[in-house]
Amino acid sequence: MTQDLKIEIFKKASLSRIFEEIVYDNIKKSAFLCPIYLSAGQEFIPATISTITKTPPLIFAQHRAHHTYLSFGGDVIELIDELLGKKTGCANGMGGSASIQSKKINMFGHDGLMGNQIPIAVGAAFSSGKFTLGIMGDASAEEDYVMSSIAWAGFKKLPILFIVEDNNLSILTKKEVRRNWDMHTFAKSVNVDGYNISDDPTEIYNNLSEYDFKSPRLLNINTTRLFWHSGAGKDSYERLDRYEKIKKELGSVGDDIYTTTKESLDTIWKQRLETR
Amino acid sequence: METTLRDTIKSTLRNHIDSGYQIFGQCLTAVGWVGGTIPELPDHHNIIELPMADVMAGGIVVGSALVGKRPIYVVRYQGFQWYNSAIIANYAGKTKEMWGVDCPIFIRSISMEGGIGPVAGSSHHGIYFRMPGIKIAAPMTPMEYNDVYSFYINNAESVYVSEHRKSYDRKTEFVDKIELNPDIVLFPFSITRFECEAAEVELTSQGIKTSLFNQLWINPLKIGDDQVENLKRSKYGGIVLDDDYPNGIAKQIAYELMLRSGKPVRVLCIEEKSAGFQPCNDNLPPSKEKIISFIKNLIECS
Repeated sequence: MTQDLKIEIFKKASLSRIFEEIVYDNIKKSAFLCPIYLSAGQEFIPATISTITKTPPLIFAQHRAHHTYLSFGGDVIELIDELLGKKTGCANGMGGSASIQSKKINMFGHDGLMGNQIPIAVGAAFSSGKFTLGIMGDASAEEDYVMSSIAWAGFKKLPILFIVEDNNLSILTKKEVRRNWDMHTFAKSVNVDGYNISDDPTEIYNNLSEYDFKSPRLLNINTTRLFWHSGAGKDSYERLDRYEKIKKELGSVGDDIYTTTKESLDTIWKQRLETR
Repeated sequence: METTLRDTIKSTLRNHIDSGYQIFGQCLTAVGWVGGTIPELPDHHNIIELPMADVMAGGIVVGSALVGKRPIYVVRYQGFQWYNSAIIANYAGKTKEMWGVDCPIFIRSISMEGGIGPVAGSSHHGIYFRMPGIKIAAPMTPMEYNDVYSFYINNAESVYVSEHRKSYDRKTEFVDKIELNPDIVLFPFSITRFECEAAEVELTSQGIKTSLFNQLWINPLKIGDDQVENLKRSKYGGIVLDDDYPNGIAKQIAYELMLRSGKPVRVLCIEEKSAGFQPCNDNLPPSKEKIISFIKNLIECS
């Protein structure tokens, strides 16, 4: 991966990370009336995919999707307004944090039924023939209808990329308590190319460099949820903070991107909070 | 020459796929072609066979609807809606309100009666009725079916179409019967309309003045003020008849009619019990005899 590409990905990851840090602070100040699902820690997944995706996809995500929305170019102000419950929000003030959408980037909302975005994504890919992203967590991946959908996508050879953001947690219940199988091996069993990788952008990039964006593929991406399942707080387990690691690797370039992005987002947030 | 409802459905579906829209379902091309209602074109690219994954299948058609394919989804037993309705009712029924996004689906849901067990028998439109966002109709004639499809194709809403196999040979339209000062007023839905049609003739011949208002739309309910006025003038009130359980739609409609008319409105539906697979364990919609007996008993006890 070139340095320029690395920086481009880092910029998107910074947008998501800093956005979530500001939300985190505002949860502490009781700025929101709806439940908030922070995506911090998982930002490199959509930041990388959105940077190297060749055609704009139809996007179907679930409740933890601020980072997906922002990485693919969703409007920042509309997301802030949505979290604040305003009519000018990206889901008209109805979606809160969990049901965000954007017609501009072809991101469809999620209604709250765990994993139902996957059969819907498969149906959209089948009927439109367009490249589609079906994003799920490691818990919603366990829904029976998710698995049958992946199998049908394999059978029909649909242009769909399944992303499992595997943070190993269903609220706080670890995978090893819930199952003894993996999504990438399941995918292979139903004729979908399945891979188990980390959320290191280079690893995601290398995988997708060999992908035609026209066939079914599943990436189980091991990642880390930095904050609580919902709300502002940190769980007690050990975690790798990929963002801090890469920021450090980028040195002053990373620091500059962080600083300018933060200044910009702070200004926007301040203005939106004042007009609520 | 008059056309049967079966041929009307088949012709409607043919036009649908020829217009570039899609039909989804399980076993569509199997023997019988779903009661002879599917165009016999197994290789047509717009007739899509789905695997036996009912919950998933509901999601597939939602996805198809979101990208503008106006799917017709064929569910060959209404009882299978317990699986199929999950994603349709919760997603397609809410997209407009939540996100201003259209998600129109024409859900063909087919019931039958007798010797078919505890799930496949009877109508189950009550599943959808309790959720906002999905229109519901129970067409039993060719013209009614055309009206419902026309509503679907000219609007951006999902419609649950509660069908019944016993209606597929019907060629003629139902006619309402209006008594100026009726003893009883009948509001039948779905397949109960057939037995009500016969019961009304018998009741009238026995001197029991019966008004009969055939109902096509369940949600939104389209019982007009004229029908309510007729109910107000009745001696013994009204009866809502349905092919679902009484705690499906019937009691809710009876409640609304009572509020609007101030008259007692009772329900006559399938019974509160499971059906079995043997004919002796059937749970059938009210027959002509049962309807007449119910009304006579009501009059005697009043």
